Amino acid sequence: MSLEFLIASAIAVLTAGGIYLALRGRTFQVVLGLTLLSYAVNLFLFAIGRLVVDRPPLFHTGVTDHADPLPQALVLTAIVITFGMTALVVILSLRSFLESGSDQVDGIADPSHDEGAP
Amino acid sequence: MTLLDHLVIAPIVIPAIVGPIALLAMRRVRRVGVALSLAGCVAMLGAALALFGIAQDDAIRAYPLGNWPAPFGIVLVLDRLSAMMLVLAATLALIVMVHAIVTAVDRKGWHFHPLFQFQLLGLNGAFLTGDLFNLFVFFEVLLIASYGLMLHGQGSARLKAGVAYVVVNIVGSALFLIALGLLYGLTGTLNMADLARRVAALGAADQGLIRIAGLLLITVFSLKAAIVPLHLWLPRTYAATTPVAAALFAIMTKVGVYAMIRTVPLIFGDGAGAAAWVPAPWLLPAAVLTAITGFAGVLAARAMREQAAFAILGSTGTLLLAVSCWTQATTAAALFYLFHATLAGAALFLVADSTLRRRGQYGDATVPSPRFAGQEAIGLLFLGSTIAAIGLPPLSGFVAKLFILQTTFAAPAWAAIWTTVLGTTLVGVIGFARSGSAIFWKAAAVDANPITCPDRSHAELAAPTALIALLALLTLGAGWATVQAQATAAQIFAPERYIAAVLEGETR
Repeated sequence: MSLEFLIASAIAVLTAGGIYLALRGRTFQVVLGLTLLSYAVNLFLFAIGRLVVDRPPLFHTGVTDHADPLPQALVLTAIVITFGMTALVVILSLRSFLESGSDQVDGIADPSHDEGAP
Repeated sequence: MTLLDHLVIAPIVIPAIVGPIALLAMRRVRRVGVALSLAGCVAMLGAALALFGIAQDDAIRAYPLGNWPAPFGIVLVLDRLSAMMLVLAATLALIVMVHAIVTAVDRKGWHFHPLFQFQLLGLNGAFLTGDLFNLFVFFEVLLIASYGLMLHGQGSARLKAGVAYVVVNIVGSALFLIALGLLYGLTGTLNMADLARRVAALGAADQGLIRIAGLLLITVFSLKAAIVPLHLWLPRTYAATTPVAAALFAIMTKVGVYAMIRTVPLIFGDGAGAAAWVPAPWLLPAAVLTAITGFAGVLAARAMREQAAFAILGSTGTLLLAVSCWTQATTAAALFYLFHATLAGAALFLVADSTLRRRGQYGDATVPSPRFAGQEAIGLLFLGSTIAAIGLPPLSGFVAKLFILQTTFAAPAWAAIWTTVLGTTLVGVIGFARSGSAIFWKAAAVDANPITCPDRSHAELAAPTALIALLALLTLGAGWATVQAQATAAQIFAPERYIAAVLEGETR
């Protein structure tokens, strides 16, 4: 199996799982879904510089082929931003659960499952 | 480089410095923080007006950050479009800020002023940047600040709407990154001017992918602009948040439209091969649906804030009707309408806020209530703001809609556009007349005890009055504003000048 196939299928599986979970009704699953989706995006950004092995990133005497360093900078930025966003959405879901007593994303309690809930 | 050239970065630097300092100062002396924040807004308006004056010579100026030449470094680009958007953002921000201070909304939480400044930082950066990834970063800055502002004052309803708002925008950011990844993978650059060149020179094998990248990019901008079917987050969010924050958010949907106007003629213009005008066939039906949904919501809304949120949706739809024709004339009309609609939408929210604060338990609900203090004055302001939002004479909405109708007459889909604009205007008139008469005319019983509220000063009405006065000014100066919009559109539809200015450093 080639490296390209492995990376591509990993991105596909992560994206599919992320979208499925992000469409669920409860905040915990949605947060997990967003996290998976961001992993998929980060991998994808990482791969857009093409998959090359054993190449210096910027400059090395006597080497003509280099790995593209820019996607790595982009991925770093994306990781930092999604990390902060995920932390925010976790806190927000928690506050929303504590205030409304429901962990549904739309804030409407589900009567069949929430009988024991406050 | 002279000092005047460095002014380009001032709209980004001012809030970036004022925000943290205001945060520190507020901890010790509240007033100092507030004064700093207000001074920052004034300085920003000054800088924006100065840049607008500089951009009058029709040159496009690239400002290389860190003095790395484009496309290797990130550039800020000042042209007529970005200067106009800067003036709009600074004007709106100053008025909303004054309203927040006068009504003491900024005291409901610790961080209103720093968040407000960071929101402006994101907005100004998005208007100035010439790099797509930088645009993503500034979008994130303005979104993160908007989450804080949206939740300002807290409360259960706000938190519930907040979760949905944040989740939607995180998914939007993921899509944005995928689109950027595709573009970079295909062209090896993210500088807008360089992208324009390389997309035009792309081989036949990549034409399908570049179309996907373009459509994904426009999907993300549509999500920010709340265009049907990606609009569902907007009415709930804007109706649940503080009206003051919502008034500032009136410009947020327009940022999405701005990003479309900026990128499509430049990158996906005539020279882009198979990807030329790739979003055009999708945008017109979406615009029609958005306008209809928005004004139907105006008719159906149960409270003033909800109604204002739907009016913003409707105005984005109307704006996009003109944008989606992608000709120079219609873009000029769209820019005029954009300026007008942002101020009108903010005016609706500020009037709703004034009503909300004086009607006690009735809030801003569209139900008859006993008389309340300042009913006549607020009623007049409501009349003014709705006239502006619908587009009736004598305010500038009428001129703007007339301009749209006139320029879209040459478009192949003119019948659909005309029907939508005129039909939604009628629906809007009925909707606002219904809520206005319920709230301001049908005093349940004139002799019943009027609603008392702790002394509300007339100064609170200054900000909405200022917005309506500005719209009246825009009507009086419509000739000048039209010339400005046409010159801006001419610059947008000459992408080779933008490319030359950024990549070759030519200012002409």
